[in-house]
Amino acid sequence: MVPTAGTLLRKIWDAHTVRRLPNGQTQLYVGLHLIHEVTTPQAFDMLAAEGWPVRAPHRTFATVDHILPTDGQSRPFTDLMAETMTTALEKNCRTHGIPLFDVSSGVQGIVHVIGPELGLTQPGMTIACGDSHTSTHGAFGALAFGIGTSQVRDVLASQCVALSPLQVRRIEVEGPLSPGVFAKDVILAIIRRLGVNGGTGFAYEYAGSTLDAMSMDERMTICNMSIEGGARMGYVNPDATTVAYLKGRRFAPEGPSFQEAADRWLAMASDEGASYDDRVSFAAGEIAPTVTWGTHPGQSVAVDELLPDPRSIEGPERLSVEAALAFMQLKAGGAIAGQRVNVAFIGSCTNGRLSDLREAAAIVKGHKVARHVRALVVPGSQQVRSAAEREGIDQVFLEAGFEWRGAGCSMCLAMNPDRLHGDELCASSSNRNFRGRQGSPTGRTVLMSPAMVAAAAVAGEVVDVRRFSR
Amino acid sequence: MSEDSVVERVAGRVVVLRGADVDTDRIMPARFLKAVTFEGLEQHLFADDRAANRARGDVHPLDEAAAGGAKILLVNSNFGCGSSREHAPQALFRWGFRAIVAESFAEIFAGNSLTIGLVCVTVPADVMATLMQDAGVKVLTIDLRAQTLAVPGVALWPITLPEASRMAWLSGEWDATALLLADYDEVAKVDARLPYLRTTSRNA
Repeated sequence: MVPTAGTLLRKIWDAHTVRRLPNGQTQLYVGLHLIHEVTTPQAFDMLAAEGWPVRAPHRTFATVDHILPTDGQSRPFTDLMAETMTTALEKNCRTHGIPLFDVSSGVQGIVHVIGPELGLTQPGMTIACGDSHTSTHGAFGALAFGIGTSQVRDVLASQCVALSPLQVRRIEVEGPLSPGVFAKDVILAIIRRLGVNGGTGFAYEYAGSTLDAMSMDERMTICNMSIEGGARMGYVNPDATTVAYLKGRRFAPEGPSFQEAADRWLAMASDEGASYDDRVSFAAGEIAPTVTWGTHPGQSVAVDELLPDPRSIEGPERLSVEAALAFMQLKAGGAIAGQRVNVAFIGSCTNGRLSDLREAAAIVKGHKVARHVRALVVPGSQQVRSAAEREGIDQVFLEAGFEWRGAGCSMCLAMNPDRLHGDELCASSSNRNFRGRQGSPTGRTVLMSPAMVAAAAVAGEVVDVRRFSR
Repeated sequence: MSEDSVVERVAGRVVVLRGADVDTDRIMPARFLKAVTFEGLEQHLFADDRAANRARGDVHPLDEAAAGGAKILLVNSNFGCGSSREHAPQALFRWGFRAIVAESFAEIFAGNSLTIGLVCVTVPADVMATLMQDAGVKVLTIDLRAQTLAVPGVALWPITLPEASRMAWLSGEWDATALLLADYDEVAKVDARLPYLRTTSRNA
C-alpha cells in the first residue's frame, strides 16, 4: 500500500480503531481515562449493577477538583454532599485499584492541569474524561474529548468508546502577538469569528507561526476552549516544544525509551500535504485584548471596541443579542471598558497554570485590589501553587489584597462555596460566561485573559491591560 | 439488546422552548450535580430559568398545565452546548421527554442523549419557525423509519439525524456497552499494538 499524507487525527484514529460498529460508528480504544468526583459515581454504580470489572485500572487516573473547597480542606468537608461525593470516589478507586491523586498526594489539581503536569498526557494518545474541557490535552497532539457519565461507564467497562467520525478544520494563526495579547485572546477571537457551534462535527487543528511559538501552557489555553466553539476536540501537532515539556515528567518514558517515544510522537504530526475538510486563517496582529460581553463565549469584543447594537442586526441573532445585553445590564452600542467589577477570579483549567499566574502577578505587582472588589487566585494544581510560592508570586497577590487558595475548579462552575452573589459582575479567566455559571442565577461573567483580570481587579472596572503594560 | 429497546416512533404532546444556544448549565445548574445518583434530577430541570419566570410573574413553558405528560421538546439551534454533564439529558428524560426536535444540537449532548434513550432529530430553521408559530401544534409524531415529523393528518416534514443514531434506534442497539464488550480479543489486539501503553505504565 502506498502511504498517503494524513492528519494527526487520522493517524491516531486508525491506530486506536478496534472495529466499525454495525451503526457505522467506530469503536475506539481509549489510551488514558481521567476521572473526577462529579461525573463518575453513577458510572461506577452502573458497572456494579452489571457486575462488570474496571477493564484497565492502570490506564485510569483519578483526582478531586470540581467540588473540593479551596479554602478549608480538612475532612470531613463542611458541605455534606462534597464529603459524600469525595468519599464515593475514594471508595471506588480503592475497590478497583485506580490511582487517586487526592489532596494528600501533593499533585492534586484540576484534572486537565495535572494530566499534562504529570506527563500522563502524551502525543498520539486517545484521552477521555467526563468533562468537556478534556479538549485541553489536545495541545500535546492527542485526541482528547469529553464524554458523559454513561460513556464513562463504557470506558471503565471496555476501555473503549463508540464515536462518529470527525472532520478536520485547520486553523492557522500567523505572526507575533501584540503586547497585552495572550493565548486567551486568540481563542476568544477564533470563537467569535467561527461561532459557538461552528465546530460541530469537527476537530480543530491549530497551526501557524503563532502556535509554533507558543508554550505548552498557551497551547493548552487554546485547545481547552475548542469545545466553546462547538468542536469536541482541538489539537496542536507535536513538536520540539512538546517533547521538551514532557522530558523528566513523572509518567513520561525515561532514558533511551524517551528518545524512542519522542521520535514516535513527532511522527504523529499531520503530514505535509495532508488534506483538510476546511481551512481558516487569522492574523495574530489583528487580535486585541478581548472580553466577552454576553452569555456565551462567542459574544465578545476587543476591549476598546463598542458593544453591538441589536437594531443593526437582522434575524434571530437580534433576539439573542438583545437578551444577552439585557441579562448583562449593558447598553447597546456602549462600551465594555469602564464596567464596574465586583469579583475577580484567576484560575480554572483554561488559565490556572504557572505562566497564567506569572502574567497576572506582573500586572498586580505594586498595586492594590480596588476596595469594592473581591479577588481570588485559585491555582490549577498543588504543583502550580507550590511553584508559584517558590517564586514569591503568592506574596505579590496577597500583598495586593487577593485571596490565595488551594487548587481546584472553584468559581469556574461554583460547585464549591466560591460563587457570585446576586447580580455581581465577575472578571474571570475561566471559560464560560453562561447565565448562572458562576453560582448565582443573575451573576454576570466577563471572560478575559488572566492579565486582564488582574488589571480589572486593580482598576475596579473592566480596563485595557495595555494601560498597565509599562 | 432486546426488542424492547427498538425505537421506531415517538408520539406525544409538545413543549416549545425558544432561544438559541441553550447550554447545559441552564438545563441543569451545577449545584444540582451534587448527588451520587441521577434520581430526582427532573425536579431541577431549568430550575433558574423557571424561577426567573415566576419572579417576573410569567409561566415558563415547562410549568404550563399543558406541559404535563409532554413527550417532545421543540428547541432552536445549538441546543445543549457547553458542559458534558449527562445530568442535562437525564433530567429531560426523567421529566418524561422521549424526543427533542431542534435546528441543531451540540455534539456531546446529542451523544449523551443517544446513550440514555432520548431521541434527537433536527429540522431546518424555517420548519422550526412554522412549528413554533403554529399554536395548533400540540401533538407531533416522529417516525424514525420514514424520517418524518408529522402533525397527524395535517402536515408532514422530513427530519434529519445521523445515520448511526437512526440505525441504533431501529436496531435497538443504542446502549453501546454490550457492543463494546463483544469479541474482546479485538480490543486486546489494539492494546498490544500501541507502544505507549507499555512505556508509560511503568511508573504507575
